[in-house]
Amino acid sequence: MSAPLLVGEGIGLQVEGAVLLDGVSLEVRAGEVLGVVGPNGAGKTSLLRVLAGETAPTSGRVLLDGRPLARYRPRELARRRALLPQQTLLQFAFRVLDVVLMGRYPHRESSAERDLEAAQGAMAAADVAHLAPRLYPTLSGGEQTRVSFARVLAQETPLVMLDEPTTSLDLRHQELVMGLLRSLADDGAAVVAVLHDLNLAARYADRVALMSRGRLAALAPTREVLRADLLSEVYQHPVVVVPHPQRDCPLVLPGTSA
Amino acid sequence: MSGADPAGLTVAAGPASGRGGRLALLFGGLAVLLAGGAVASLALGAVEVSPGAVLRIFLHHLGLGEGTGFTGQENAVVWSIRLPRLLLAGLVGSGLGVAGAALQGVFRNPLADPQLVGVAGGAALGSTAAIAAAGGLLGDLAGPLGGFLGGLAAGAVVYSLARFRGRTEVVTMVLAGIAVGALGIAGAALLGFAVDRPELHSVVFWSLGTVSVATWRLVAVTSLFVVAAALLLPFFSRALDLLLLGDREAQHLGVAVERVRLAVLGLAVLASAAAVSAVGVIAFVGLLAPHAVRLAAGPAHRVVLPGSALSGAVLVLWADLAARSLHPPVEVPVGLIVAVVGGPVFLWLLRRTRIQHGGWG
Repeated sequence: MSAPLLVGEGIGLQVEGAVLLDGVSLEVRAGEVLGVVGPNGAGKTSLLRVLAGETAPTSGRVLLDGRPLARYRPRELARRRALLPQQTLLQFAFRVLDVVLMGRYPHRESSAERDLEAAQGAMAAADVAHLAPRLYPTLSGGEQTRVSFARVLAQETPLVMLDEPTTSLDLRHQELVMGLLRSLADDGAAVVAVLHDLNLAARYADRVALMSRGRLAALAPTREVLRADLLSEVYQHPVVVVPHPQRDCPLVLPGTSA
Repeated sequence: MSGADPAGLTVAAGPASGRGGRLALLFGGLAVLLAGGAVASLALGAVEVSPGAVLRIFLHHLGLGEGTGFTGQENAVVWSIRLPRLLLAGLVGSGLGVAGAALQGVFRNPLADPQLVGVAGGAALGSTAAIAAAGGLLGDLAGPLGGFLGGLAAGAVVYSLARFRGRTEVVTMVLAGIAVGALGIAGAALLGFAVDRPELHSVVFWSLGTVSVATWRLVAVTSLFVVAAALLLPFFSRALDLLLLGDREAQHLGVAVERVRLAVLGLAVLASAAAVSAVGVIAFVGLLAPHAVRLAAGPAHRVVLPGSALSGAVLVLWADLAARSLHPPVEVPVGLIVAVVGGPVFLWLLRRTRIQHGGWG
């Protein structure tokens, strides 16, 4: 096994007296998809923000390639990790191509041709190439998400982090985005995705981090975490886990209350 | 989408190849308007000077002509009155235009403008206070320097009120800006009454603006600030583009958000404070110039910043020409002309923007 790309050591985060994260330790390795799941308010987004270097933890630390995040210069960090936020509100009438090209900002040495090539490749992968000349504010929510995803791909980083990347997407595009993440990992990237849909985690994640009230309730290979007893307890609702009728993965369903 | 200018839509939304031509057209057109306005400003007025005589006066001052073909009066009018006035109008317009563009970018808000965010009012008060307190010590620099500090303080107050949990609240910002701006203008006017010194300006000056105060010294001081801001701001073009995605996104993409924000705010305040302390508050330039450029050529700051400087200069130059030509020998405050022309144009721009990409929400 290679050395972990990203290491979180005893991460704690307190904001205005509220404990958002408490003693979270994890490692992310190149080639894996780590799904982060948990109920609302469990700290999934906070964890992602700390791991991305956006928010400094109040205790513990995060190392990328063995080096604390705080010691990276902004552009240098942006060449190593990209993050897709839940929603990007952009009111100004940039064309889709311009938005995707913004992902090339950290690559200062890159030529204009290379930037365009990366942007076009990313747009094709995210199925937004046909939207290239459109103005971003005129797109639907799902289209905007895919454009932002293309921007993240154009950043060409070995670590890709995503906050609920599939929320506003239709079924086909959910599968498309998750499949792309899978192949990014197969090509050697490390992917950390906060996922609302447990079945997307079941299908695409190698390991799952299950968050509960700011702590890690479990961090293990997907099948070991997506168990009915564990999920029922953390989500405080009966959960049924059955084999997927077509795919080799579990299928998670809400059960009936006793 | 069948508006009056379908070509505007296709090109603004069109492929990259169409943009070069459109940019050339925009900047070429603005340059022609600027040059035309300059010639007209030099030639027209109570003493009419023929363009040929204007040219000979210029050559004479450049040490090229033989100093004939114009009268001494024409020389004085063109070189000592009209030229500094023309330059000041252009500088003030550039400063307000580029400051508006920068503020809108850094606040991610199409409403931001030196006047609306309170910077202009703060600059008026700071400038007045500095002239009253330290005019003897600092001379001509007292106004712009005090204006810069006052504008900066006003901007800081408004911004800190509008920031809440890492977000900028738009409505709070505008409301606070209106309050701070009104306070600043009123304070400047009150101070003018209280101190009663001839070099302090009246309330009409502060609220409507006039370029008639132009002197070569004022041009020199103002250009120092405006040119510095206009030359430095474009270095932040790409970072400002990314800031429009949101602070978090910009940070993820490698922008040193706080540093860029402070630098851009400082430069925008520098330009607008210099403009305000020189000629008073001219509303609308900071809104009209950037919005017009965005509609014509898209929102990229690489284009919007220089485009706003240029179109702001054109706007104030022509407005000042109208201000002193409409009703001679009485001068109409230049801010009135800008509002009369700018108001309807801005309304039209809003409508076009809605057609183009759905308005501002």
